[in-house]
Amino acid sequence: MKKLMLGNEAIARGLYEAGVTVVSSYPGTPSTEITEFAAKYDDIYCEWAPNEKVACEVAFGASLRGARTACAMKHVGLNVAADPLFTLSYTGVNGGLVVIVADDPAMHSSQNEQDSRHYAIASKVPMLEPADSMEAKEFIKEAYKISEEYDTPVLFRMCTRIAHSQSTVELCDREEKEVAPYTKNAQKYIMAPANAVRRHPFVEERTKKLSTLGETSPLNRVEMGGTDIGIICAGTCYQYVKEVFGDSVSVLKLGLINPLPVDLIKNFASKVNKLYVIEELDGIIEGHLNSIGVPCIGKSMFPPIGEFNQNTIRRAFGMDVQAGVTASSEVPVRPPVMCPGCPHRGLFYAIAKHKITCLGDIGCYTLGSAAPLFALDSTLCMGASVSGIHGFNKAAADMSDKTVCVIGDSTFMHSGMTGLVNIAYNNSNSTVIILDNSITGMTGHQQNPTTGYNIKGDPAAAVNLEELCKSLGIQRVRVVDPYNIKECEDAILEELAAEAPSVIISRRPCALLKYVKHQSPVKVNPDKCVGCKACMKIGCPAISMKDGKAFVDFTQCVGCDVCTQMCHVNAFETEGR
Amino acid sequence: METKNIMIVGVGGQGSLLASKLLGTLLVSEGYDVKVSEVHGMSQRGGSVVTYVRFGDKVYSPVISEGEADFIVSFEKLEAARHAACLKKDGKIIVNLQEIDPMPVVTGAAEYPNAVVDELKSKGVFVDGIDALSLATEAGSAKAVNIVLMARVAKYFDIPYEKWIAAIEKTVKPQFVELNKKAFEIGYNY
Repeated sequence: MKKLMLGNEAIARGLYEAGVTVVSSYPGTPSTEITEFAAKYDDIYCEWAPNEKVACEVAFGASLRGARTACAMKHVGLNVAADPLFTLSYTGVNGGLVVIVADDPAMHSSQNEQDSRHYAIASKVPMLEPADSMEAKEFIKEAYKISEEYDTPVLFRMCTRIAHSQSTVELCDREEKEVAPYTKNAQKYIMAPANAVRRHPFVEERTKKLSTLGETSPLNRVEMGGTDIGIICAGTCYQYVKEVFGDSVSVLKLGLINPLPVDLIKNFASKVNKLYVIEELDGIIEGHLNSIGVPCIGKSMFPPIGEFNQNTIRRAFGMDVQAGVTASSEVPVRPPVMCPGCPHRGLFYAIAKHKITCLGDIGCYTLGSAAPLFALDSTLCMGASVSGIHGFNKAAADMSDKTVCVIGDSTFMHSGMTGLVNIAYNNSNSTVIILDNSITGMTGHQQNPTTGYNIKGDPAAAVNLEELCKSLGIQRVRVVDPYNIKECEDAILEELAAEAPSVIISRRPCALLKYVKHQSPVKVNPDKCVGCKACMKIGCPAISMKDGKAFVDFTQCVGCDVCTQMCHVNAFETEGR
Repeated sequence: METKNIMIVGVGGQGSLLASKLLGTLLVSEGYDVKVSEVHGMSQRGGSVVTYVRFGDKVYSPVISEGEADFIVSFEKLEAARHAACLKKDGKIIVNLQEIDPMPVVTGAAEYPNAVVDELKSKGVFVDGIDALSLATEAGSAKAVNIVLMARVAKYFDIPYEKWIAAIEKTVKPQFVELNKKAFEIGYNY
């Protein structure tokens, strides 16, 4: 049966067909749907873990016990999971273990553009990269064979354009895998120095064997065409190359991208006049060619920045690009914004109004940095707001009474807790605001340990944030409703004035959650509105100015009433409430 | 057959993902090789969104670049102008004439370029502008803008009406099938 499938859905299908039974992940664009789709198969146990390190270690445990297992994450998630990954490389596996990592060239939804292939090289773990949905599914099954045959975790690299593109997939049956027996093997699984020194040579030997595999494996394939130009590529770049050149050039398409083959490349190079390496982000394949003495053209022609497309290649080769028509007027940008009724808006307005310095974190609330609120001063990585404000206040005490940090509920579970422990333990006068919207928002509504539900939507244990913060050593913990600007202002100013660490929980579920009941929209009374634009300061996309008066788009407004609190002349009316 | 390219552009939350799913389902059932490339995550939060649908005998790249689109289906007026450079010389723009102010316009940092559609027309671009929001509202829901626009796209294809309806039945949640069939009918006969 053939089906149009998202790359991420195809991976889930591959996990199913490979007989995988345990998947643990933390959501992150563009990887999230892998685990969401996997959770639809009853034969696979799936879960959201609090972070990628936990997810990877759950996979380790499942593998140790003998199951085929996976964890999926975005590229920066692998930074978090790097600790278990590097030593998993030494222990190897019992049941097959695949770590799926999705890169985001062009940073559609990410804070950096790191190239995960570096991790494969650094941790000495094989890495596979598919070029469409069908390959994504088939390569996953191949990854499990490699994992078990070579006793290694396998990295599986996706990127946005494969993860979020649909192409046709031929479905196969599931191969049922018995959970392998567990036998204690201290030399293999206890990575104390005495054992680890014996495992490292195994890892080096394994890499040699995997290089040999790469010489003949169908994961790497040569498509001979015209021999004037030869191109080495993988993943999306293969598609762009074929789009532009068809069979007029010869292509070495790599699927096993670490370790890279030597003879296969040398042999291919010998058959073409001019050799190019086309790869997004860093020049990793090119570096390998340099190291084995094969001359090629790569990053001198293609940038290490952003996403490519077929025209990137056409331009680089001096081919014609047909430019379309553009309008004469300037087209204003349309950046993503906080939704109408977003619970973060009122809280951010309170911060902006009092010109408070605010260290931010990763989530929808990063959008608080944009116009017109400009409420944030920094965004680094998951959890860095909480750890960062402590350092900020330790560096000099003079700003601690006008500095806060904000972090979402899911991000706090991910890696904010340890920062808060540090604040309590090392006693800084820091004010932490947890933006509890009762869901993991930005990645599209995933449950987390604070929501009371698991990935299947079944009831689960829920972390009580107030009790958690108190038990971590914070005496001052209070809850505010972010739809009430005054309440937010009072709480923030009081906690900033207090000579003690404090936590404010700004609690209101995401306005997009299905169970959230919306109020009827507000309406502007044009006779009362004086056009002062005070309501425009909160940056609500449902409000605009029409003919000098505020206007509320009733299709967007959810009746949160934050704008009504901004109005000095009571021009907002709420009919029929 | 040479690969055909359809770009669906609009504002996050307008339902362009469903439109691309509908097109993808339809084109696969017509026996084409199909690729659909979507955007998820941050770009969905009221930002500018782009979805690519490509079909033919064999499709390689999942994306559409400058000068390549046979059709740009825009859910909002200025989004059509934002992506017009991707249109082929003889390509067609189908645009919902609804205006949704982007944040720079809301905050007063920029003005909404009301004349963009006329500007494109005056440069010889084929633009089919319709008030899809009103037609969708007539069908029973402002959210059916996506289906109204797909009905308009259908006018330019040789695929029979019933096949489109079958694709709607396959892609839309059962409780919304009737509404969307009505929206399609209204858009098609407009």
